[in-house]
Amino acid sequence: MRITTTVNGARREVDDVWEGESLLYVLRERMGLPGSKNACEQGECGSCTVYLDGIPVCSCLVAAGQVCDREIVTVEGLSDQQGLHPVQQAFIECGAVQCGFCTPGLVVTAHDLLARTEHPTDPEIREALAGNLCRCTGYEKILDAVRLAADRLAADRLADIRAGSSGRLT
Amino acid sequence: MTSTPTKVPAAPSDTASLRGRIGDSPLRPDGTLKVQGEFAFGSDLWADEMIWGVTLRSPHVHARIVSIDVGPALATSGVYAVLTAEDVPGGNVGLEHADQPVLATGVVRYHGEPVALVAADHPEIARQAAKKIRVVYEELPAVTDGRRALEPDAPQVHGSGNLLRHLKIRRGDPDPVAPLVVSLDFEVGMQDQAFLGPESGLAVPDDAGGIDLYVATQWLHADQRQICQALGLPPEKVRLTLAGVGGAFGGREDLSIHVHACLLALRTGKPIKMVYNREESFFGHVHRHPASLRYEFGAGHDGLLHYAKAELLFDGGAYASSTAAVVGNGGTLGLGPYNIPNVQVDSYGVYTNNPPCGAMRGFGCVQAAFAHEALMDELADRLAMSRVAIRQLNGMREGDRNITGQLIDSAAPVAELLQLVQDMPLPAERLSEDEFDLLSLPGGVSNTTHGEGVVRGIGYAVTYKNVGFSEGFDDYSTARVRLEITADEPTVTVHTAAAEVGQGLITVEQQICRTELGVQRVVVHPRDTQVGSAGSTSASRQTYVTGGAVKAACEAVRAKVLERASTMLDIEPSELVLDGARIVSITGAVVASLQDVLGTDAVDETVKWSHRPTYPVDPETGQGDAHVQYAFSAHRAVVDVDTELGLVKVVALDTAQDVGKAINPDAVVGQIQGGSAQGMGLALMEEIIVTGGRVLNPSFTDYLIPTILDMPPMRIKVLEYADPHAPYGVRGVGEPPTISSGPAVAAAIRQATGKALRRVPIRPEHITEG
Ligand code: FES
Ligand code: FES
Repeated sequence: MRITTTVNGARREVDDVWEGESLLYVLRERMGLPGSKNACEQGECGSCTVYLDGIPVCSCLVAAGQVCDREIVTVEGLSDQQGLHPVQQAFIECGAVQCGFCTPGLVVTAHDLLARTEHPTDPEIREALAGNLCRCTGYEKILDAVRLAADRLAADRLADIRAGSSGRLT
Repeated sequence: MTSTPTKVPAAPSDTASLRGRIGDSPLRPDGTLKVQGEFAFGSDLWADEMIWGVTLRSPHVHARIVSIDVGPALATSGVYAVLTAEDVPGGNVGLEHADQPVLATGVVRYHGEPVALVAADHPEIARQAAKKIRVVYEELPAVTDGRRALEPDAPQVHGSGNLLRHLKIRRGDPDPVAPLVVSLDFEVGMQDQAFLGPESGLAVPDDAGGIDLYVATQWLHADQRQICQALGLPPEKVRLTLAGVGGAFGGREDLSIHVHACLLALRTGKPIKMVYNREESFFGHVHRHPASLRYEFGAGHDGLLHYAKAELLFDGGAYASSTAAVVGNGGTLGLGPYNIPNVQVDSYGVYTNNPPCGAMRGFGCVQAAFAHEALMDELADRLAMSRVAIRQLNGMREGDRNITGQLIDSAAPVAELLQLVQDMPLPAERLSEDEFDLLSLPGGVSNTTHGEGVVRGIGYAVTYKNVGFSEGFDDYSTARVRLEITADEPTVTVHTAAAEVGQGLITVEQQICRTELGVQRVVVHPRDTQVGSAGSTSASRQTYVTGGAVKAACEAVRAKVLERASTMLDIEPSELVLDGARIVSITGAVVASLQDVLGTDAVDETVKWSHRPTYPVDPETGQGDAHVQYAFSAHRAVVDVDTELGLVKVVALDTAQDVGKAINPDAVVGQIQGGSAQGMGLALMEEIIVTGGRVLNPSFTDYLIPTILDMPPMRIKVLEYADPHAPYGVRGVGEPPTISSGPAVAAAIRQATGKALRRVPIRPEHITEG
């Protein structure tokens, strides 16, 4: 079957997709976007998290056919010409990345949390990230990274307000 | 002076401005790629014309293969090849003993053993075709219990007896007595490494019968040796490059897709990609040995240990993997970091028809620590002594000898580490019923308690672990370091075959090069077999051994540069110093620039470096200098236990560890946090359930690892007592936290509940059962 969808702002069309393929497979193997990871392919680890119409989902649980004419944003779409998103920058600086296999999913999930919640408390961070497994870090530095990113995003917003611009919302 | 420096850089080139030397915490060079999803893990690789390989595995625990019919599979449209044992040109593989066929040959010995391979142009077509391979099996009697395996009439796994190794340690009085005797039996379940990045790789055939394999692994050269053995090819035809590794923890030390992908690629002439899904991953790598432990300690009324007797039985499963070395560690280190004058230890490894077990972080010490630490608590309680004090009283100190008679010739701060964790502030009392936060209670948001039936406990544990390979193993690493001027800037390239698995070794290599050569720009070459072996990324050894090799290679480069400068300047090399981009005389005068000395040449040195030798232990007494270095850590766990439901919340997990020298302090803390989580996981939730040899829970739905909700905040104290025998004084870091964290958690649950709890993982029913 043919899939037509929007990925990271660009219109994408892929042919010969087998009905049983997941969105994760199509992204990784047919669209050249292997950033979303395949740690379990059964909805347990969060490493494949992407935005589907603005909502974070496990792309391994979404059938490819379900994404026709919808908007997908993957980890590859979070940084722009200005550079890394503050969440990505904070993950590097805080040592929240070891092997990095969990990182793309965690970055998307944390990105979503901070878009919804300006200053999440630790329990809120833990609850939001509870579906993302990491085997390397013990999570402490991931918490650090989310806290740091939250502070920086808040500071950016404040600066933008002072400068009278609408600012970056996510 | 015979020549005048022509082009000393204007910028201050002294090395004081260098960023990212040892002791700093520079950011990892692959971090930017990893946060953007641009880092290429083994499962992300892709090549033109690439097709997919899959494995057909045994549904039986022990069976004879009567016949295999690949016809229907081969006839499937999209299928390029179907291979069985007959298609394997070479011999068996194995890390320590070559006892494992690449594809089952005549018999399958465990549930999940590879039997056949399929290559097809879509992974699903390959999987469907694999189901069409008709294998006729005749089931054989199986042995799936470690003790049963040693009985004379037990079914034979390999026909050569089921005993894989028996290590005896005999020290002091053979018939020791003591006023106070405590004993216990302990069982440890089978833990999985559960790295997140599945086994994966890409094999690309060349047109001369050779192959390039890109694979996520821990030890490229051990892989290469075994692949050559299995394919009957010389090493120059089997070239390996490390693909991005999504965690390892021991589970990638043995082969997985390696030979299979190469066989399919050589057969089809096409690049073959193989990626396990999570279920296959549970069958596709070795696990931590389940162990059955029987311990007895005798002590005086003063609490001093008089003797210890221990029997450790490690179930190695169907193939040897690294069981013999695990038995060695369990035996030589399995009584913990205590002074015990009279010792009788018997450590056994056996073959069974269970899944093969091998390396996992902590390697033989993890299992033993649950037993010796439970017994130390028991002893303390019997003497009404503090559990910390009894460990401090018996703890090793520098200058002591351990149970194999080896001198502990650097710091052994057992008492201090325990004191540090004991003195750390305790977490706040549990909040009262009207201000509680569900997340902080056992059961969490399941809302199973508001505090009723919840009791708190505190537990302590301490450990020591060998660093590097032991018992006489030729343990070395190789590093190639190149210094040149590129774009007017001194540049170092460091090339080793040491697997970066997430721990941060590439950052450490850069730090060492900066420190030794005073050069800011250090490029890390991709890891491959074009340079000599670095040994395995295991045994907490790479910062020590590959770090040592990189340091030595830098020293060789420096010597070469100064030699060249000496010839050019007619000054003795001993009177010259390499100071960043310039050559300085011992009086401090700048005498040349590096650019003058090097011109367009590069200085390129390769060094093979070994740590001081270790020795096999005596076969009768187990005495000998088996290990090269020891690393020590202690944990304190605080838990809340819902005694009605048997649910546990770890409230705090605090630790102190001696790392000798923290080359990268932030990365050291990261290792301690991650390692502690894995130990806690074994105490509470992580077990591969094997019944009659069959794995019942090969998924992340049923095999649980700690989530961010399970991990408590940690207080961490890092000590740096340099080991004078090691480069920079480093001590291995990665494993000790995985060893002492679990026993501390188990101890805390015992203290909270008053139950004996002689098995891990501790399940709810163990807590609630009468
Ligand atoms: S790969 Fe999708 S949740 Fe694990
Ligand atoms: S960094 Fe390896 S799984 Fe999270």
